[in-house]
Amino acid sequence: MTSLSATSRASFGERNFKYLLIGPAIFVLLLIGIFPLVYLLLVSFQGITMTETSADFIGFANYAQLFEDTRLWEALLHTVIFTVIALPLELLLGLAMAQLFLEKLPGRQIFVALLVLPVVVSPIVSGATWSLMFNHRFGPINQIIGWIWREEVTLLWTISPHLVYPAILAAEVWQWTPFMFLLLLAALANVDKSQLEAAAIDGAGWWRTFFKIVLPAIWPVMAIAILIRGLDLFRLFDIVWALTKGGPGTMTETISIFTYIKGFQQFETSYTAAVAFLVIILLSVVVMLALKKVELSR
Amino acid sequence: MMTVRQRHALRTAVRLAAAAAITVLFLFPIYWLFMISFKTPEEIYSFPPKWYPGRIHFDNYAVLFKDGDAITVWNSFVVAGMSTVIAMFLGTICAYSLARYRTGGEHLANWIISQRMIPPIAVVFPIFLLYVYLGWVDTFTGVILLYTAFNLPYVIWMMRGYILDIPRALEESALVDGCTRWQVLWKVVFPMARAGLFATAIFTFVFAWNEFLFAFLLTKEKWVTLPVRLGSTITPFQTDWGFLTAGAIVSFAPLLVVVFLLQREMVRGVSLGAVR
Repeated sequence: MTSLSATSRASFGERNFKYLLIGPAIFVLLLIGIFPLVYLLLVSFQGITMTETSADFIGFANYAQLFEDTRLWEALLHTVIFTVIALPLELLLGLAMAQLFLEKLPGRQIFVALLVLPVVVSPIVSGATWSLMFNHRFGPINQIIGWIWREEVTLLWTISPHLVYPAILAAEVWQWTPFMFLLLLAALANVDKSQLEAAAIDGAGWWRTFFKIVLPAIWPVMAIAILIRGLDLFRLFDIVWALTKGGPGTMTETISIFTYIKGFQQFETSYTAAVAFLVIILLSVVVMLALKKVELSR
Repeated sequence: MMTVRQRHALRTAVRLAAAAAITVLFLFPIYWLFMISFKTPEEIYSFPPKWYPGRIHFDNYAVLFKDGDAITVWNSFVVAGMSTVIAMFLGTICAYSLARYRTGGEHLANWIISQRMIPPIAVVFPIFLLYVYLGWVDTFTGVILLYTAFNLPYVIWMMRGYILDIPRALEESALVDGCTRWQVLWKVVFPMARAGLFATAIFTFVFAWNEFLFAFLLTKEKWVTLPVRLGSTITPFQTDWGFLTAGAIVSFAPLLVVVFLLQREMVRGVSLGAVR
């Protein structure tokens, strides 16, 4: 090791300094991370529900039930739908906006500062905001559509099965496009200017320059942005909760809302434990693989 | 024919118009929130909707602070503040160990950051069962512990990056001069990392301030936070918009200061330290 750890006649505290430093933090993380996980696993093999409190083990029954629970797989499907629509939209819009603000522009800093605002809004507040925007009678969106249509419209954005997805996606894209924008703007600003000039001299067109030089240069940042947003979308709860609470019926139920309803409203304790365990294992594997691919650390 | 200069001016004008249009589009929902919070009930529920308040009117804010709901603002502040202080201290010393001694190697660092990426609902369910057993639901200890644990991975990860940016030579010469390791930490590392400490603490505070799900599930009455209180007013049929918007603005206003203070560190903060 380095000279930092090579002190002669060190006391116990000195010798174990590095472990003393990580000790408290790791203790808290284990207490809140590992201990409940073990307990979760235990409960998932029992048969506890609202009416059944006996803690007898029932083997893999809860896990077998997972495969037959269409509502669970639908919730997973809804989550995937939100992710595969919102993520590319946010990425492309963010990239276009970053491109617009890349060159000098009067008032650029103020524009960027204002555009970042949605990112820091609490997601439950942004969900609430959009429920006002989409209100069928007093909201501005129906009124604007009415102006364009030249007749009054009463679109039920948070109730009608055809409109709930666009409504939730609008709120989601509004809040997180600025996140993509911010990261991609930083990445684009770091692209090697001399390479761009060389490409221009060679007569390469915009698309060619973009795919051959710009995209490879910003890819590491883009990958991180996609990873962070992808994992955030997988846990989507607040915005949907504020707008539709998973409805109409179970149409917009995400995996987080499903878990909430099973565990905290229907009190199917052991079954929820199995669901939560499944989600934790799935996501841990995804995260670990992703961290290997993406250069998040140095 | 246009000269090069004219063409350039036209191009800038078009870009400026596009920039203005996009900014208006993204700020409009926030404007709408502000505007409704200053309206009277008659104005809020008038059809067709009014696009600006008749006159600025603070009754919605007065209601928010009268009926005992102000306590939720205070709760949010206490929970976010306390958990930030604890997580910053525990997280920074842990980050120092990871950065300088490579304690646990890449695996430990990756495990820590992966703790932040798992969906909270799955993690919070067993914690809820545990808290019910311990009687910690809706208690100070329970809420602070959960928020501290929730913020720790972020603090450790960010501070590890900031400490790696500090040249090592200073710490070594302080050791040679006879400082103990603790003194090195307090007198050399913390002062050198203060920009990072400040930015990380603010972000940590914001995450806790904005957090909904944990507080929604683990508080009932005494420790209900502002986001939970606001969430509970949203119903499909009768939402008190004046109350909701005033509360939303109280939740949002401090964040305006944050964006202003953190302009330079914003990208690094939201990208988990990957982009500077």
